[in-house]
Amino acid sequence: MKQFGGPAAFIDRNDINTDEIIPAKYLTEITKKALAPHLLEDLRLEGQDFDPHSQVMQEARVLITRSNFGCGSSREHAVWALEVNDINVVIGESFARIFRQNMFNCGILAVELSKADLDKLFGLKGKVTVAVDLDGEQLTATSSTGETATCTFTLNPFDKKLIGAGGWLAFADANY
Amino acid sequence: MGQTITEKIFAAHLRDTPTPGNMVLDIDVIMCHEITTPIAIMDLIEKGMDRVCDPSRIKAVIDHVTPPKDSKTAMQAKIMRDWARRHQIKDFFDIGRNGVCHALFPEKGFIRPGNTVIMGDSHTCTHGAFGAFAAGVGTTDLEVGILKGVCAFRAPKSLKVEVAGTLAKGVVAKDIILNVIKQLTVNGGTDMVIEFCGPVIDAMNMASRMTLCNMAVEAGATSGVCQPDLVTAQYLWPFIKDGYASVEAAAEDFAKWRSDADAHYERTLTIDVTNLAPQVTYGYKPDCVKDVTEMEGARVDQVNIGSCTNGRIEDIREAAAIIRGKTIADSVRGILVPATPAIYSQALEEGLIKIFMDSGFCVMNPTCGACLGMSSGVLADGEVCASTTNRNFNGRMGKGGMVHLMSPASAAAAAITGTITDPRRFLN
Ligand code: SF4
Repeated sequence: MKQFGGPAAFIDRNDINTDEIIPAKYLTEITKKALAPHLLEDLRLEGQDFDPHSQVMQEARVLITRSNFGCGSSREHAVWALEVNDINVVIGESFARIFRQNMFNCGILAVELSKADLDKLFGLKGKVTVAVDLDGEQLTATSSTGETATCTFTLNPFDKKLIGAGGWLAFADANY
Repeated sequence: MGQTITEKIFAAHLRDTPTPGNMVLDIDVIMCHEITTPIAIMDLIEKGMDRVCDPSRIKAVIDHVTPPKDSKTAMQAKIMRDWARRHQIKDFFDIGRNGVCHALFPEKGFIRPGNTVIMGDSHTCTHGAFGAFAAGVGTTDLEVGILKGVCAFRAPKSLKVEVAGTLAKGVVAKDIILNVIKQLTVNGGTDMVIEFCGPVIDAMNMASRMTLCNMAVEAGATSGVCQPDLVTAQYLWPFIKDGYASVEAAAEDFAKWRSDADAHYERTLTIDVTNLAPQVTYGYKPDCVKDVTEMEGARVDQVNIGSCTNGRIEDIREAAAIIRGKTIADSVRGILVPATPAIYSQALEEGLIKIFMDSGFCVMNPTCGACLGMSSGVLADGEVCASTTNRNFNGRMGKGGMVHLMSPASAAAAAITGTITDPRRFLN
């Protein structure tokens, strides 16, 4: 099975919507690759522009954010924009339903943690790397300063099947 | 224990239970538009799966950017058009016959009580107004829908919104839903279907019910739904008259879908709308909502009346009643977008288009246009738009632009003064 995890980038905001993840003006693209340079390009955090091209973002394989990530438009382009930037896990307190389903439908992970666990992750100093144990439903974050934090999570059993099958299209083609 | 309408629809469409709590449903209506479908088509072609489960269950329209604004949008339209021809999709609506999907498809009678409906569009929840389960999905779900006619959902949970009282003049469905979203917040309805009921909903026409259900997703909900009744049957009558002896008989048949009195709800929100003022959003989330009176005087540069939320004939009439005989402020650009050709014709016939043109409004062809900031009224950095649409996200109508969501009456009032204005001032 695919491995999940890697260097993490933190985005400390609730309710990041899919217009922010990939603006509508790029929805005319008909290849996923074309979305790559535009991930989160219009995002603002506390009135400040966010730099989606920072080194941390370039290296990130995991995004750690807050609640209701991916709300708004159903555009799967938001998930693809993450995918083509090699992000394979998003960790948050909660997700909007369509975004969460789009993640699993593409065979990548949306992990929900409690607010307390997220506060623990946001509290880590230095560079953070996340390792995900899918079967054990547990993840470990290790920071460059030597701290670690371990959190458990629950995956919906159907979403777990989709990950195993490599996404919904493959699963549905085999079963229906 | 009784069942909610959504539980009844799920039970009647259950194809498989792959894991406990997850349900694969047969889908009656699979709707497609040119923003999320072409990429699904291209992917299916690439995988050697360019098939459709049943062309009669697929409804397709070019609506988001139409007529095309550039070569890329022209290509998206072409991919849809060629696909519809290749698979003999009869219900495909091209330029001249096209309109905003969530206004056009109901008008054609495609959605019936008890149906399951999916589309690669988050405002698919609109169709819940007919007593159907209608949910927005992503492109992969859409591909599977096109190919296999199924979609997977978690077992449904419902949230009841009970609306009582009497609406004051100048206060409409849009004000109710903005107030509900304010109370529920942007994720208060996540993984739930919002069931709108109570005397105010029973007395509403289908246009108002669609406005309510349209914005259920702005509270994070999977969908919105209204109980099918005589109003639903009357709206659908031209399409169902061969199947029933009378409108009353149709309504009686639809009643089998209605929620049982002892059904279970995760939560019930009761609101009395008697003292509700017109509502307006501030900020960049649809739950940032205030009474219009708290926002009066804020500048607007553009007024946009249209979209799947409020681009219907009832909305145009509501705005025209305020605009009639007046001119819009010099500082404002007014844009009216009737949501479908039938609505446009009806507005012409009633003399409403002339009222808007005389007032200084630009009248567009049916399209989503500025609603998602892709064409036909995109804002410049720092500009403000009073809009009857459903999303005020930062940059939604153009980078650096600000959107205030409101009713057609409030938007019309803003056009006259060039500032956010209580529409009740123009009603006597
Ligand atoms: S009018 Fe706006 S919200 Fe409605 S379908 Fe079109 S883009 Fe989406």
